[in-house]
Amino acid sequence: MDINNILITSGAIGGVGLTCGTALALAAKFLAVKEDPRVEAMDEILPGANCGGCGFAGCADYAKAVVLDGAAINLCAPGGNEVLELIAEAMGQEASAEEKRVAVVMCAGDSEKAPRKHLYNGVADCTAAAAVAGGDKLCKYGCLGYGSCARVCPSGAIEFKNGVAIVHPDLCISCSACVRACPRNLIKMVPVSKTIHVVCSSKDKGPIVKKACQVGCIGCRMCLKLAGDAFEMEGFLALRNYDIPVENELIVEKCPGKCIVKCGASEAPSPEATEPTPSEPSTEPAEATTEGQT
Amino acid sequence: MAEQDTTKYIVSTNPHAHSGDSVQRIMLDVIIALIPATLLSFHFFGWHAVRLVTACVVGCVGIEVICRKLMGRDLGITDLSAVVTGLLLAFNLPPSLPCGMALVGCVFAIAIAKQLFGGIGYNPFNPALIGRVALLISFPVAMTKWHAPLNTARWAALNWVDGTTTATPLGAVKTAISMGQPSPVAWGNTSMLNYMLGNMSGCIGEVSALALIVGGLYLLYRRCISWHIPVAYIGTVAAFAAILRILQPDANMPVLFHLLSGGLMLGAIFMATDMVTSPLTKKGMLVFGIGCGLLTMVIRRWGGYPEGVSFAIILMNAITPLINRATRPRVFGRKSVRA
Amino acid sequence: MKATKAKFKFDGGIHPAYHKELARDRAIETMPIPALLRVSMSQHLGAPAKPLVKKGDTVKRGQCIGEAAGFISAAVHAPTSGTIKEVGTAPTAMGTSAAFIAIEPDGEDAWIEGLEGIADWQNADTKALIAKVAAAGIAGMGGAGFPTNVKLSPPPDKPIDTLILNGAECEPYLTADHRLMVEHAEQIWTGCQIVRKVLGAKHVHIAIEDNKPEAIAAMEQAMEGADDDASISILKTEYPQGAEKQQIYATTGREVPSGGLPMDVGCVVENVGTTLAVWDAVVNGKPLTERVTTVTGMPVSEPKNVLGRIGIPYSDLLDFCGGLKADVAKIISGGPMMGLAQPGLDATTTKTTSGLLFLAPQETQTFRSMPCIACGRCVGACPMYLVPAELSQMLEAEDYEAAEELNVLDCIECGCCAFACPAHRPLVQHMKQGKSKVMLKRRQAQKK
Ligand code: SF4
Ligand code: SF4
Ligand code: SF4
Ligand code: SF4
Repeated sequence: MDINNILITSGAIGGVGLTCGTALALAAKFLAVKEDPRVEAMDEILPGANCGGCGFAGCADYAKAVVLDGAAINLCAPGGNEVLELIAEAMGQEASAEEKRVAVVMCAGDSEKAPRKHLYNGVADCTAAAAVAGGDKLCKYGCLGYGSCARVCPSGAIEFKNGVAIVHPDLCISCSACVRACPRNLIKMVPVSKTIHVVCSSKDKGPIVKKACQVGCIGCRMCLKLAGDAFEMEGFLALRNYDIPVENELIVEKCPGKCIVKCGASEAPSPEATEPTPSEPSTEPAEATTEGQT
Repeated sequence: MAEQDTTKYIVSTNPHAHSGDSVQRIMLDVIIALIPATLLSFHFFGWHAVRLVTACVVGCVGIEVICRKLMGRDLGITDLSAVVTGLLLAFNLPPSLPCGMALVGCVFAIAIAKQLFGGIGYNPFNPALIGRVALLISFPVAMTKWHAPLNTARWAALNWVDGTTTATPLGAVKTAISMGQPSPVAWGNTSMLNYMLGNMSGCIGEVSALALIVGGLYLLYRRCISWHIPVAYIGTVAAFAAILRILQPDANMPVLFHLLSGGLMLGAIFMATDMVTSPLTKKGMLVFGIGCGLLTMVIRRWGGYPEGVSFAIILMNAITPLINRATRPRVFGRKSVRA
Repeated sequence: MKATKAKFKFDGGIHPAYHKELARDRAIETMPIPALLRVSMSQHLGAPAKPLVKKGDTVKRGQCIGEAAGFISAAVHAPTSGTIKEVGTAPTAMGTSAAFIAIEPDGEDAWIEGLEGIADWQNADTKALIAKVAAAGIAGMGGAGFPTNVKLSPPPDKPIDTLILNGAECEPYLTADHRLMVEHAEQIWTGCQIVRKVLGAKHVHIAIEDNKPEAIAAMEQAMEGADDDASISILKTEYPQGAEKQQIYATTGREVPSGGLPMDVGCVVENVGTTLAVWDAVVNGKPLTERVTTVTGMPVSEPKNVLGRIGIPYSDLLDFCGGLKADVAKIISGGPMMGLAQPGLDATTTKTTSGLLFLAPQETQTFRSMPCIACGRCVGACPMYLVPAELSQMLEAEDYEAAEELNVLDCIECGCCAFACPAHRPLVQHMKQGKSKVMLKRRQAQKK
């Protein structure tokens, strides 16, 4: 009933916590496996983004693989050439520099330009949405906007503008985690210096695309006519061939599908782009959606 | 069919039917179930109960809103759980506690025990109990100042007239027994009917066993709680008390005294059954209830403190994840629980 | 023969609002053939059939137009005679894309020549009977649509001693199986005996929920004079009594082992509609070209049990039932517990379309989920005795190992948990995603 009892109780509970904590900390210290010093050094070199882009569970895992298992040294995309050189030096290998690649979302059909076909009510995740009645976008190739890519991006480089994902090239660290996360395979890694893209992934014929999206590729081959080999056709979809520069930039204006865009690192997505949920009120899936607890 | 605006069709995974229950509805039911006890607390403690209940409910809801705003959480869903927490916290306070202190309890209950852990569904401990325990530690004197229910001037004055303090029945018994008095003396002059109605000193909401049981029956009828926790809890306390009484009739109080005199009914029916902090499975609920009962009696009998309900429930809250793990059902078509 | 209460009952389950009264007493109506039929090649679980015809071909009813592709696959037959208008791909009721064949009926509705039944099936060879079923392209008509000939040929090391005829129809709203039992009990019982003979099953249980007394009476009458090993097992009305594993348990007390099939405990479960199709195929030699679909829901002008050809567009089916009289918020192919929500009425009926359900706005809303409040209702409701609350949280955190360990793969996606959850958590969606992720992981591990 008196304060002493309470103090004693709190003290006892606190004491138990403290003892357990200390024991755990000590155990961690004494039971820890001794690391190979070379692995440790390699771990220091790696950027510590733990993005998994190299295909290993994290930077430490890749460090081990490079030092002990002879894994390729050029797998760390976020590290760029700097890190590559450091690894090469440490391992006594040649480094061959490559241009940095950044992610680009090949879809521009936002909630105004590409209508939804139904009101999706479920987990706010693109993979989940795509599995229910084929996804809620009329275009069956388009960005669903539920942010599966943004959730895996270690650098917060993906933003949403009107329900479509946009990668901020300055922030992208080239890990390609988003490429793997997108159920619609919309994201491609392209050399950072290339700024003209075909931002559509619809393989449908022109009339179907027109119905589903105002900024879709209708397969008219205009780009091939105007800019030659910088573009190529795959079925009814034009693709950019990044090996060949675009001589005639007029195509950006001339593309009848309005799906060829020019954007550079300088033209980052506008600041109003924010949440990974479409924001138009009437069809707003964010409202209709059960939110994933993150 | 003519052109249809298909964007209006809702598409989701199965099932497309729902029981119609919602968290809000459950909380509303708990509030309804607490009404009889609230009214009786007003009856016995007058303005002081009105004042505390209002302060706690307003305080908890206000702090919930502020916390959510500060943490950038969605304000869209109003689930009424803060109202329930406020009511339960008020029920666990002595009638003379100043409102300011009660508000401190609200801060502990909502801001620290609930929102810091992530909001509804993520709190490991019953928020109202954390609020109460925090108050006990912070204001030990004010929190243990008990008054007999007011019989005449209950609606007259807002300030307690000095000198009306008494001990709770459990406290009185504990003191008496520790001084070597045989228990029947300490049973005092209060009749069993008064205990049932709640005409005794104690926290404002815990005194009336009858009102709490009525509320509990309503919750059972609405299927908001299952019988497992209350029955296991009260049953264990009864069995424990009976054994003690048989072994040492002089040093122990009768079973009914243990059931009716303290916070057991409030704890067993409303606090231990808090869904978030109690186990998922029926088996787990039984374990939980029995554990609460044992701890309560151990604290009452041997602890330094006359009442053990709050501590017992908080301790059992702490091991709820363990109970969940240990009582997972055997999956259909499998011999054992694990894959 | 006796009708007795089932001895067992699984734990869990739920009691949804059944609304069977909408169509229960409407006799089966035959729908005229619409102007165009689109027959999907993806009629059921397993591999879609391969189209055998091309644009411009003429076909007769019952002609095979899609060939079974693989072990778990069934042939598809022309539902009427006419001209092939198109062979293309379109979204199915399942939301995936699959090949379809569009037929413009010629109005003759002429059967292909040479279809012959085995009138004396009692003395026929088992192999011949199975061949008839396979040639008729019969797939389970209750839901999943497992090809029936596969079920009828269990491996020799799995002897079947019990055949269960599933007439539970535990899905709310649906009444197609109920009507079939009331109106075609004799044929169903004959079909059942054919299946029993093929399997060599000693016992037969006809499982019917106790909310269908008419169906029970009709089956009892049809089974007059049947032997003592055949019985009607009356199940308590509770969802999901019609689920295969739960039904086997209810009628025999046997639990299908996790990851196993009914034949592992000597049982085969056939839907009553399937048995009727078996009768038609064996006795009359007719391939499966039509089925009964319940078109129902508050907004439907005249809810009906429609006997229609395979490949009828949903919009025509609705028109046949007088269209809509009120607003619709959700269209479901199948029942409300396990059916598939449709973005529109473009899909067409298949062998597994047991119902087309329209829900009014007041019956269905969009929900926002809340964190789990650990109320345990999902645990109490799960007929597989899983802990959906924990699983869903693990899956949300993408901890697939933990979910696998807690047997997420045992989930039958019955929807009981999500039905019961007051926090409106998308439990079934989590389970589905989790199952596909775990399966993917297993397949990858196998490849390595
Ligand atoms: S945008 Fe994609 S590639 Fe770039 S950092 Fe984010 S996840 Fe990695
Ligand atoms: S780009 Fe991102 S938001 Fe768009 S569909 Fe792919 S994962 Fe989803
Ligand atoms: S959907 Fe799965 S987890 Fe949910 S109740 Fe059914 S079997 Fe259990
Ligand atoms: S029913 Fe919903 S809220 Fe209740 S325990 Fe299950 S998941 Fe949690």
